[in-house]
Amino acid sequence: MTRIRFQQSLDQLKENLLVMAGLAEQAIQRAIEAYRVRDLSICDLVSRSEVAINRLERDIDQAALDLLAMEQPMAIDLRFILSVIKINADLERVGDAAKSISERVRSMEQMAAVPELPVDIPRMATLSAEMVRKSLQSFIDADPELARAVLLMDDAVDKMNRAAYKSLTKVMEEQSHIAPQALNALMICRALERVADHATNIAEDVIFWIQGADVRHHKSVLAAQKKAAEAAS
Amino acid sequence: MGVGIEVTNLNAWYGNNHTLQDINLNIPANHATALIGPSGCGKSTFVRCLNRMHETNPIARVTGTVRIGDLDIYNDAKPVEIRRRVGMVFQRPNPFPTMSIYDNVASGLKLNGYSNRRALDEIVERSLKDSALWDEVKDDLKSKSGASLSGGQQQRLCIARALAVDPEVLLMDEPASALDPVSTSKIEDLIFQLKSQYTIVIVTHNMQQAARVAEKTGFFLNGRMVEFDSTHKIFTNPSDKRTEDYITGRFG
Repeated sequence: MTRIRFQQSLDQLKENLLVMAGLAEQAIQRAIEAYRVRDLSICDLVSRSEVAINRLERDIDQAALDLLAMEQPMAIDLRFILSVIKINADLERVGDAAKSISERVRSMEQMAAVPELPVDIPRMATLSAEMVRKSLQSFIDADPELARAVLLMDDAVDKMNRAAYKSLTKVMEEQSHIAPQALNALMICRALERVADHATNIAEDVIFWIQGADVRHHKSVLAAQKKAAEAAS
Repeated sequence: MGVGIEVTNLNAWYGNNHTLQDINLNIPANHATALIGPSGCGKSTFVRCLNRMHETNPIARVTGTVRIGDLDIYNDAKPVEIRRRVGMVFQRPNPFPTMSIYDNVASGLKLNGYSNRRALDEIVERSLKDSALWDEVKDDLKSKSGASLSGGQQQRLCIARALAVDPEVLLMDEPASALDPVSTSKIEDLIFQLKSQYTIVIVTHNMQQAARVAEKTGFFLNGRMVEFDSTHKIFTNPSDKRTEDYITGRFG
């Protein structure tokens, strides 16, 4: 094998992205945990991890840029580096979403306790985190089929987000004294929905890297394919 | 105007060495087509089969069919006529060192019996303009020899010499590999301009060059054509693993 140094650089890039992925995944899980147990010390951890995520984002982008400029990568190597750049940006935004959730938790803790709100945030959080985990697993294993499975999960999160919007705006209309709490819950749902979108983007980038196929905005086609496959079996 | 090239079951040998095996492809007219592959894979032999240069070697042999436009070059025409219709530019510029710039360009025409001075002047000027050399040499056409030019200028002079006989196809065997980046860039710009008038086949080891100038790319390996497709497809998502391994530098 020739270009050993280039291959080592690609491996290093992948390794750094996995570190970034670990931090982003940990941040979102901590933010969800902070909401569940209402522990502000966990919120502090989320805020601190954002600094490391931002630093890694810059380092990974620079390493990818250097490889593009110095090695003129082709084919699967070119697609890999482009995917890394995009996944890197999505992971940074997952970190942002985690911080946003932890800030809402902090805000909720400063307010008076309210009866349970009509929204299942833990369930939505579990699904969004699962999408992030699976999309990253598809990257680690270079598994386009697992990535495609992630794409199909996004609808469920979107549906939950719409339902949350409906029920929480109703709360805000009818019980104005708990409207601030409902608004915080709504913003958490919105952040979780964005996390699911980033997981979807990551899965799309994995498919592009491995198969060279651009499946962005093809959700409806994939859903139709799944339906047809189910009908056939 | 350029014409298409249709290659069917082409095989070539040097002595007992079977250097090209069952090559089939259609090279489109008025496009640049790049041929890539590791050293010794047969790509230079292939282009030399397209103007019957291969057979100038006494131990060489060719079977199969090559059609340049509607002309079967191994059955319907003499080698001299083929080489007028199919010009060739080599890796190292090879101007005639004792001839002036003018005579270098006019040499092919004179060999073909042109003697009308005015017509010669016009063709020499047009060829030098088409090869993007005119502005740099117009004042020294007859006073300077071709060998006095820089490497990049010499290569463009050789292109002008090839264009002067009004070919339909231009074969370029690593035309920029001996040139500096600025001269390389001029040759690439030239290829880009010329392909509207000629069918261009370029052999190159420089993958970025192939990606920049050619619409179609063929990958040769061990005397076989492994993959022939749009340049975009070859360099972003090739179909064959061997092509991918080569262009990503994993062998070759």
